[in-house]
This record gives sequence, structure tokens and C-alpha cells, in this order.
Amino acid sequence: MTLTVTRSGRAAHAAPPARWRGRKVQGWLYAAPTAVIVGVLFLAPLVLVVWMSLNRWPLLGPATFNAPDNYLKIADNPLFVDAVVFTLKYTVITTVLLSGVALGLALLVQERRPGIAFFRTAFFLPGAVGFAAAGLLFYGMLNNDFGPIDPMLQALGITGEPVKWIGTPNMALFSTITLVLWRFAGFNMLILLTGLQAIPTEVYEAARSDGANRWQIFTKITLPLLRPTLALMLILSVTGSLLAFDQFFVFTNGGPDNSTVSMVMVVYRDAFFRFDLGGAAALSVVLLAALVGLNTLMMRRLR
Amino acid sequence: MSRYLTLSALAVLFLFPLAWSGYASLEEPSNYLEMAGFGEGLDTYATNSVLVSVMTVGGTLVVSALGGYGFARFDFPGKNLLFLATLAILMVPYATILIPLYVLLGYLGLQNSLVGLSLVFVMFQLPFALFMMRNAFEALPRELEEAALVDGCGTFRAFSRVLLAAVRPALITVGLFAFLASWNDFFAPLILLNDGSSFTLPVAVVSMTQHTFGAVDYGMLQAGVMVMALPCLILFIVLQRHYVRGFMSGALRG
Repeated sequence: MTLTVTRSGRAAHAAPPARWRGRKVQGWLYAAPTAVIVGVLFLAPLVLVVWMSLNRWPLLGPATFNAPDNYLKIADNPLFVDAVVFTLKYTVITTVLLSGVALGLALLVQERRPGIAFFRTAFFLPGAVGFAAAGLLFYGMLNNDFGPIDPMLQALGITGEPVKWIGTPNMALFSTITLVLWRFAGFNMLILLTGLQAIPTEVYEAARSDGANRWQIFTKITLPLLRPTLALMLILSVTGSLLAFDQFFVFTNGGPDNSTVSMVMVVYRDAFFRFDLGGAAALSVVLLAALVGLNTLMMRRLR
Repeated sequence: MSRYLTLSALAVLFLFPLAWSGYASLEEPSNYLEMAGFGEGLDTYATNSVLVSVMTVGGTLVVSALGGYGFARFDFPGKNLLFLATLAILMVPYATILIPLYVLLGYLGLQNSLVGLSLVFVMFQLPFALFMMRNAFEALPRELEEAALVDGCGTFRAFSRVLLAAVRPALITVGLFAFLASWNDFFAPLILLNDGSSFTLPVAVVSMTQHTFGAVDYGMLQAGVMVMALPCLILFIVLQRHYVRGFMSGALRG
């Protein structure tokens, strides 16, 4: 019995035995489609984006080398400078709230009890809806004339008149974050659940028999052991928020007065409204470098 | 008991928007008729979305199953490099390479093409899919393959006749993730498709809010939301087990 386990365990990870080698050509054939897709659609655009950023590259017509103009003019792009500030603010608020809500949900549904599967599904379900669809849903739901939220709040006496859900910069940010929490809390709950379930129950039992109370168990056992999973969730949330596009394009359309224009929205506008692909490529390179750097840093610090 | 009260209140908060959208879309059944006639017609957009999803799911399954088998069972030069290059797709923010992809697809004659869009989706799915499939093939006992080879099958026949059936759960998981991503994505089709008749549902329905003169028809908009959301909701509920498993094994260890 032990023998079989060791054998299959080794077979899964050790290098294949001699008679499996010498099949290099076949191996390459199986991997060829992967290599083509990765080479043509990932590595080539990665090189191309750098090359484009060194050129004046209009949407139509020939490109001309103009380095480093595209990079120099980033600082003069007021829309982008504002977008950096706005996106950072959005990222911090979203990440803090999303982590809190997701952790709360995960703790509520972590134990197997009757009916708990229903609640897990209910919390996750918005995550199956596309982000564009979710944005349009909120766009209707928070509309003053058509949506149900204003009449409900008024009937409860919470507000007297219709709320400008996306009419002021702060409310637009607040409403967008509500949308994002609704759409992503369940997804992040699922991430944290996988981490919570990896904590052996013996650890909890030992702590309980040592007389630890609930709060001590949470701060001294659950949180430290959940650290790698929390780190992963933070990285995903920070990256996703810094690259926010759909929610602002669909739900607030950058408004009011360009107060909710995210960094990626500026890239999009530069490329397809100002027809300046070179400028958009330079912004992309800056974003890419910043995010790869940030991810590496976060992985080192948090794991 | 108080836990269940909290849970129920939260469940109402999370499910209310979906329920409301369904109700609002049906309040006037003509919403669906109006939407069916919007722009190039709902049938055009739905067909485009289905085509893109089918090509993405099919392409992802074929490429990742072949690749996963190759990575799990063969040794070849450049193997580790290729695997790392594939995983690096996860590190590079998706939005930053869509501009060069738009230009590149132009060189390949695939601009404004559903095939080009699907290929881009396959690329974005590949790190997760390849990782899942490699692990699935590695977990199979070697005896299964050896038996097929002894029976006179070549490796490809062993792969297609015997092994593929054994990794079916992983294929379902990979297919589900590929479907949800390609059906729902908004940014890639917005950039890569520039002609109304090739729009997928998300781009087309969002354009309802921007291209209608005067007032936005909110009822029709919610009908659009339902058409987009229902397939995903149903598929997720039916295949939930596979989604969660993919999450545990692949999505997290990447």
C-alpha cells in the first residue's frame, strides 16, 4: 500500500523515466499550439507596445520614430495626471472595503451547516454576471425615474428627495464602489474560503482547549494562517482596481466632469478618440511596468 | 439563529438587483421585442456572442489539452521557458496589451474579426487552462497510458481515446471559465471590433445607452442585461461544483 502511494506520488513530479524521453519531437508537437498562441498573441504585442511607444503612431497612416516624445508628453496630459490620483484613491477605498466585506462573508459561511450552500451561492451569483451587464443593471436600478431604490428610500423616510447617485463626483465614486462590492464580494469570499478551509480543525480545537476566546482565535490563529490567501486577494484587488475600466465606462462614463476617469480610460481615449496610438502605447508601457513592479513587491512583502 | 438572520438579510441584498432586473425587464414584455429590433438586431449580436464563445471554449480546450499533455508527459528543449512565458500572461495587465493587439491583428488581417477576438481570448485563458490541464494529466497513473501504448496505440491515439476521457472534469472546468470570460468580456471586443454588425452582446447593449437619441429606454436595457446574464447564471448554478474546484486547484496556485 505504502509502496503504491510513493510510486504514483513520485511519478507525478519526478522527471519521466528513460523510456519516456527521446520523444522531443512529439513533445514539441503537443506544445506547438501553445507556443504559437503565446508567441504571436502575447510576446509579439509585448515587443510591439514598446516599439509603438517610441513612434508617432496615428490610428491611420504611417508611423514615424519620435522617441522619447510620447513619454515626455505624459506629464503634460492633465487628464492622465488626474486619472492617476483618482485611480489610486479608488483602489485604496475599494480594496479596504472589499477585503472587509469578503472576510466577513467568508467567516459567516465557512462552517458547513444546513442551508449554508444556498448562501454561498447567493453571495457569489453576482460574480457570474458580466461586469458590463452589472454596470447596466446598476445604471437602471439607481436611475431616479426608473429605478426602485429612490422610492424605497423615500418610503422608509431615509431620504426626502431623489439621490444624485452618479450626479456628483463623490456620489459617483460611492455608487461605483457599491457596484464593485456587489459584483466581486462573493468572488473574494470564495478565495478566502479556500484559505480558511486549509486551516486544520485541530489547530482550532487545541486553541479552544487552551481557553482561547473567539477574538483571540480570530486574531492569533485565523488571520496569521490566512495571510497567504489574504495576500493573493489583495494583489488581485489592487491590480484589478488600478486597471478599472468597465465600471467607469459603462456606469458613470467618466462623469460628472471627468471626475471618474480611470487610467485605462485615458489610454482608451488617447487611442480611439485622439487617434494617438503611440501616446496610448507609452501610457500602456508605464502602467505595465508599474504594475509588474508593484505585483513583485507585494508578492515579496506579503508572502 | 442570529447568524441565519444576518445571512438572510445579506442574501436579500445580493439577490435583489438580479430579481429587480428580471422584474423590470418583464414589466412590459415589449421590452424584449424592442431590444430584438435594436441596432443590427438582437439575433446578430447574440450570434456573434455565441460564435465567439464557441470558438474561445473550443480553442482553449484544444490548445490547453494538447499542451497540458505535452507538458505533463514529454521532455523537450525550451519546455520550462515556454511554461514560464505562458504563466507570465498573468503578470501582464490585460488592458495594456490590447492596443498593440489591435495593431497586430490588423497585420494579420484579423481586425474587426470574431476569429481574431476569440484567439485573443484563448491567449488570456491559456495560463489558467494550461496549468489546470497539465496538473490533470500529471495526476493520471502512467499505467493508463502505458496500457494504451502496449495495445499498439500511438501517443496521439492514447491521448485522444483514453486519456482525454479521464481528464473530463478538468476540461469542464476550463471550458466553463473560458465561456464566462468570453461571453462577458467588454473591453477586448470594444477595442478589437469596430463595426456594429460584428459587436458582441456586451458592446451592443452598452451602446444602447449611448446611441439612443433622447431618453434611454431603461426597460429595454434591463431586457438586454437579462439576455446577457441568464446563460451565465444558469450555467454557473448547474456547474458550480466544477467552478469551485477549478478555483481551488488552479486559480489560486498560479
